[in-house]
Amino acid sequence: MDPPSSLKLLGSWADSHTHRVQLALKLKGLGFEYQEEDVINPSPALLLHNPVYKKVPVLLHNDRPVVESVVILQYIDETWADNPIMPADPFDRALARFWCHFAEDKASLCQKAAVDQVHDNLKLLERELRDGEFKGKRFFGGDKIGLLDIVLGCGSYWLAVFEEVMEVKLVDPGTFPAFHAWLKDFEEQNEVKETIPAIDKLLEYARGIRQMMLSLSNGTSTTAPATAGTTSAINVTVDGSSG
Amino acid sequence: MKAVVLLDFWASPFGQRCRIALAEKGVEYEYREENIHGDKSPLLLQSNPVYKKIPVLILDGKPVCESLIIVQYIDEAWPDRAPLLPADPYARAQARFWADFVDKKVRRCSPCVRSMSSIRNTAFLVPSNVFTHQVCESAKKLWTPKGEAQDAAKEEFIEILRLLEGELGDKKYFGGDAFGFVDIALVPFTTWFYSCETYAGFSVEEAVPKLVAWSKRCLERGSVAKSLYDPLEVYEFVKKIFG
Repeated sequence: MDPPSSLKLLGSWADSHTHRVQLALKLKGLGFEYQEEDVINPSPALLLHNPVYKKVPVLLHNDRPVVESVVILQYIDETWADNPIMPADPFDRALARFWCHFAEDKASLCQKAAVDQVHDNLKLLERELRDGEFKGKRFFGGDKIGLLDIVLGCGSYWLAVFEEVMEVKLVDPGTFPAFHAWLKDFEEQNEVKETIPAIDKLLEYARGIRQMMLSLSNGTSTTAPATAGTTSAINVTVDGSSG
Repeated sequence: MKAVVLLDFWASPFGQRCRIALAEKGVEYEYREENIHGDKSPLLLQSNPVYKKIPVLILDGKPVCESLIIVQYIDEAWPDRAPLLPADPYARAQARFWADFVDKKVRRCSPCVRSMSSIRNTAFLVPSNVFTHQVCESAKKLWTPKGEAQDAAKEEFIEILRLLEGELGDKKYFGGDAFGFVDIALVPFTTWFYSCETYAGFSVEEAVPKLVAWSKRCLERGSVAKSLYDPLEVYEFVKKIFG
């Protein structure tokens, strides 16, 4: 079992990609050191370890960096074999990777997307859960959370935030019963509760961003929303369970 | 014997990745050319309902989509020969990172850029009789002579190639002595270099000589030579798109 200092995660508290890695490490029972990064002013460490993209998350394992959340998740899974995140069968692995790709592809659009585009994407996922390859499973990974649950789940809470801020209903349980049920199950997992920030903090953050963007488009200036770690990096040691 | 079918289009660098991988593994398969200039086949629409695009690998009736996912699947489905990814998890993470980089950066500059809107198939930048893919802004700028915009796109493209050359260094292939995942991800795009040079007026060999030397080494492999097309043929094809 690795001592905590061999694993360090550079992340950002409101970043869903960071949450994915935190969740995976928790599911594996791995202790790690966490360093909060100011995404607007990246630290020298971040620039050193991710010179190509200069973004969080970055996982340092024995000082060697791994970047890009889905790459990190697979690295974690292949280095620590207990509690596998990836399925064993090659076809199932390809399927999980495909839907992760879809999630990444569509997530970047969702930020600017109209509600109906979000609904289109939800319809596709709903269909897969109800009638497709994941039919009858509690999670995309089966009985336990796997790669695809982590990737989709850490990001889906933004739907709830979007719903609040934009005053629109997206994940209607009547229209998307399977997706809604999956999301509720996911959010109930202890490791997920420990990873995802409280909804009111995310709401405050999102409202701040929205205010800033609205006033920018109106030509008036406003202060940026408060984000944790804007002044200096905060070092926090997180202890996972041993074994 | 497994029934292996590849739905593809001759000029597609994404399809070529799959062909190279199958050839490296010595896998017999049925190649089916899709008429992307016209109606998509029912098999394609059924096999890739989300994106409706080639390449699609169908193994025992089960489809796998997205070229890099297909290549990993090929590697995992035939694990007994010619490994395409290294054994070490950290080296695998590096390979996945750089292959993903190729997908994010190099293909942006190619006319063969993926559609960002899968469901509605918006083709507002490209004549619909050629592709249903959307050509992203940087690709359009690179391929359409328009002074400053093209210069900037050209610089961006050269920068990307330089980064890749830096990663290659003095190694024989991206993974070291063994031909593998990153080589497969990138080499199909090298047959487009001649077209880029002709349209944008620069020499790739002058900018990144080591990368060009690497591409020639790759072409010495049977799997690559038989999967790629002559740059002049590619150029004729590109002329049909951009005139």
